[in-house]
Amino acid sequence: MEQYLIYNTLSYPILSAVLVLPLIGALVTLLLKGDGVLKTWGLLVTLATAVVSLPLYTSFDPTTVKYQFAEVYHWFPALHLHYAVGVDGISVLLVLLTTLVMPLCILCSWTYIKVRFKEFVFVVLLMEAAMIGVFICLNTVLFYIFWEAMLIPMYLLIAVWGGPRKDYASIKFFIYTLTGSIFLLVAIIALYIKTGTFFIPELMAHHYSYQYQMWIFLACALAFAIKIPMFPLHTWLPAAHVEAPTAGSVILASILLKMGGYGFLRFCLPMAPAATMTCMPYLLALSVMSIIFGGYLALGQSDIKKLIAYSSVGHMGFVTLGIFLLNVQGIKGAMLQMINHGITTGALFICIGIIYERTHSREIKDNSALGMLMPVYVTFLGIFTLSSFAFPGTNSFVGELLVLVGAFSKYKLVGFLAIPGAILAAAYMLRLFQKMVWADSDGHAHHHDDDHGDDGHHALKDLNGREVVTLLFLAVFVFWIGLHPAPLLKVMDTSVSHLVHQVQAGMQHLPPAEHHQEHHAWLLHLGAWLKNLLVSLT
Amino acid sequence: METIITSKILLTVAIPMVAALLIMASGKKPNIRETWSVVGAVLTFLSVVNLVPHILTGGAYEYTLFTLYPGISVKFHLDGLGILFAGVASFLWIMAGFYCVGYMRGLDEHAQTRFYVCYAVAVGGAMGGAFAGNLFTLYLFYEIVSIFTYPLVAHHQDEEGYEGGKKYITYLMFTSKAFLLPAMILIYVQCGTLDFAAGDIVHGIFPADANRWVVIVSYFLCLFGFAKAGIMPLHNWLPSAMVAPTPVSALLHAVVVVKIGVFSICRVMLSVFGTQLLYKYHLGIFTAYFVSFTILTASVIALTKTNLKARLAYSTISQLSYIILGVAMLTPNGVTGGLIHIANHAFSKITLFFCAGAIFVASGKKDIKEMGGLGYRMPLTMLAFGLASLSMIGVPPVSGFVTKWFLALATMDIHNVILLVVLMVSSFLNAGYFVPVFLQSFYGKPLPEDEGQTGSLEASPLIMLMVIPLCITSILSVLFGIYPDLFLKIIHVMVGT
Repeated sequence: MEQYLIYNTLSYPILSAVLVLPLIGALVTLLLKGDGVLKTWGLLVTLATAVVSLPLYTSFDPTTVKYQFAEVYHWFPALHLHYAVGVDGISVLLVLLTTLVMPLCILCSWTYIKVRFKEFVFVVLLMEAAMIGVFICLNTVLFYIFWEAMLIPMYLLIAVWGGPRKDYASIKFFIYTLTGSIFLLVAIIALYIKTGTFFIPELMAHHYSYQYQMWIFLACALAFAIKIPMFPLHTWLPAAHVEAPTAGSVILASILLKMGGYGFLRFCLPMAPAATMTCMPYLLALSVMSIIFGGYLALGQSDIKKLIAYSSVGHMGFVTLGIFLLNVQGIKGAMLQMINHGITTGALFICIGIIYERTHSREIKDNSALGMLMPVYVTFLGIFTLSSFAFPGTNSFVGELLVLVGAFSKYKLVGFLAIPGAILAAAYMLRLFQKMVWADSDGHAHHHDDDHGDDGHHALKDLNGREVVTLLFLAVFVFWIGLHPAPLLKVMDTSVSHLVHQVQAGMQHLPPAEHHQEHHAWLLHLGAWLKNLLVSLT
Repeated sequence: METIITSKILLTVAIPMVAALLIMASGKKPNIRETWSVVGAVLTFLSVVNLVPHILTGGAYEYTLFTLYPGISVKFHLDGLGILFAGVASFLWIMAGFYCVGYMRGLDEHAQTRFYVCYAVAVGGAMGGAFAGNLFTLYLFYEIVSIFTYPLVAHHQDEEGYEGGKKYITYLMFTSKAFLLPAMILIYVQCGTLDFAAGDIVHGIFPADANRWVVIVSYFLCLFGFAKAGIMPLHNWLPSAMVAPTPVSALLHAVVVVKIGVFSICRVMLSVFGTQLLYKYHLGIFTAYFVSFTILTASVIALTKTNLKARLAYSTISQLSYIILGVAMLTPNGVTGGLIHIANHAFSKITLFFCAGAIFVASGKKDIKEMGGLGYRMPLTMLAFGLASLSMIGVPPVSGFVTKWFLALATMDIHNVILLVVLMVSSFLNAGYFVPVFLQSFYGKPLPEDEGQTGSLEASPLIMLMVIPLCITSILSVLFGIYPDLFLKIIHVMVGT
């Protein structure tokens, strides 16, 4: 076990602290009274967690592929079960994303949440602990526990504080995700029976037969494809996003969707490299479809939240595209795209929440002509709009560029097929922005200085200090990552190269005969055909 | 050939951006706001002038600001081509700065702060494009120009404004995302870098064993990706963008926007592909024929337009292709003729747009047919119009002649009669649509309601704010025709011998 880990040398057990702080915070919440106290407490706990987690970045050693800040304690010796946590270049950024986004979730709910504030803070903190747990644990049982533990708080967030169709949305979310996780559980048990361990690095080092890999891959990929979500399993997302409260949408978009990408990188690629290779053409095809389909649907939405939700499907398509290109640029781009999507789409949901609090409508037409009334708001909205359609100089551009570089250097056709997604993104985001900033040409609220009509726009107030701080924090990251992504890329560099190496090496460990298993002959055949098509066309 | 690495060159890009912030901050006080606009323009121009001497000695400036990924960075590299464009654009911004005040106040336009802010940022974007040291930086500033000119085009926020703006941004964003982005990535994957080949227009950055199809495909993606150059069939945004206020049409659609498109194409042809590669795959001569179609067709369409701004718009489309035609002939004379036309066309076309705007503010007329007799009431304006028209037609001694001279020499260098004929026919067509405007204004019959009205329309102070700049630009047009040496020197530094 030791060869995979670098034990924590900081003065405190950092990963356990980051995991336990929100949990303790959640329990203390039950004793507190008064909305003001609860708000402040929630903010303090999430901020404290963020501060405590910062050494993960400053003390991170980017030269090793081992899991750092590791802690291992015996838990259930009879089953060789340990409490094992640690982070590498792939998970550390997602942990930091989680701890940094959570304070914003409390801030953006400051006045948005009006009922059951105690329960709200409790649920959000619980959620934070579960999400951090997923990213840091090195043990499949813990992974599964945390994975499932996210489900209930998220369900509650939608079902209690959600919009008018919250019951439909929350049940749909629950059923979809649970279906996926059942297959994940099967895979975890199967892996344990085969190898006798739950320890993820050991599971990665083990070599499985081709057929076995195929089953593991399909089981895991289904769970993660639902989570990320990949076309055609994406239909729970728009419903959940639209009905969730702002904080719920932000958590969902910024962090929850990333679990899918993280799962692919942590389970599918290293544990089932040969199966990944076989399935690559289909997954690339589905990714491209997600990109184009998501963008196309976003173009037709009149509900702002739904528009952003469909845009997430497209953005996540870029993530899976990057992952399954199986080259260094692609995976780095996918990683970066996950972080970027967390920042940008999270910010856009906060923006929508802000305007929803003022106009009580998510329809584009009810939120038009804001340019003169809320100039500060519109400036922030503009920044995140640009970032969302990957304007050069913003964070998303770097991620998208790397994914496309990966695509063009491997299969040029795939690269060209993904380009319409970039065009659609510009189209729907610019359409949204223009309609929100300017009035319709038919005179509705036209020339803002004369009459305001009956839409109550005269009551609109520009952003207050709390809202500015929330958005400014994210805007800084938009430009920082957009212009100077080197520090982030450096963190993931070694781990990503190692992962690509693992996948390539995994292919060689298979006896050649195993490539031609009868059971998967049709799949192989189709895969080979698709691959030939790609090669011959590019 | 000395390359100085200094952050000083950032100043030129930064000044317009800072000016935009100051304009925004003083939005409530028009006088201060417009002072910032003009001061910003003057400072920008001075900062460019400050860089000229070193460039004239054959040197260059360079500075890398951010590195996104190995080979992809925000990098500035200033050489002859860049300074030519930057100098012309920043000088004309000063003229336009004064002109804007007259125009916007004369018509009492709404949202003037937004207008001035976007205007300044757009010019700053053009400066960044001119100073770009690699394809990514060029793309970045090209996109900034697209985004910030969109509110300018849709400025009036009426049905027509939204339609024009929508068409504008759709054309530009579509082409840049659909063509430019893949082109950039293809080039990066093939070459491993996006940096321009510094001081070398022959070899480009492609490795010797570059895949032939990658070269050809990425070349065409670039050619169509920079749709601001208005090459047919992707020219349609330009006439619809003319719904913008005239100062926007003048500076942005005669100088900044269209020129950054043309400039980018020239830059990519010379500093990314290199003349050798273009020659090897016959891309140069194909481009020459291709843009010849635009030159002639746009001129024919211009003949049919009676709205003055629409006629000017099509004239612009035609004239822009001269620049690309020159560079595409791949001879020293051709490149010189093409590049010098960036400057010559800018001075002449901005004069023509300024005239159209001044006529509109002073008399409310947009259509050529209504302008009968106007020459007597706006003599300075129409005289300037006449001079600039001569430049467009290519009559000595106005600057347009210099362009046509070099282009004609180039057609003879490559022994191509067809292109020479294109140039000649195009000159006739130019005369065909400019001369009637001039004649109409002096000899045409006034409209019945204007009958008997006399007296100068140019006397009021606001109109003078517009007439003086247009007189200056037209005089400069003549001066650069008589004495084109400065521009020629800069271009020779770039082209070599």
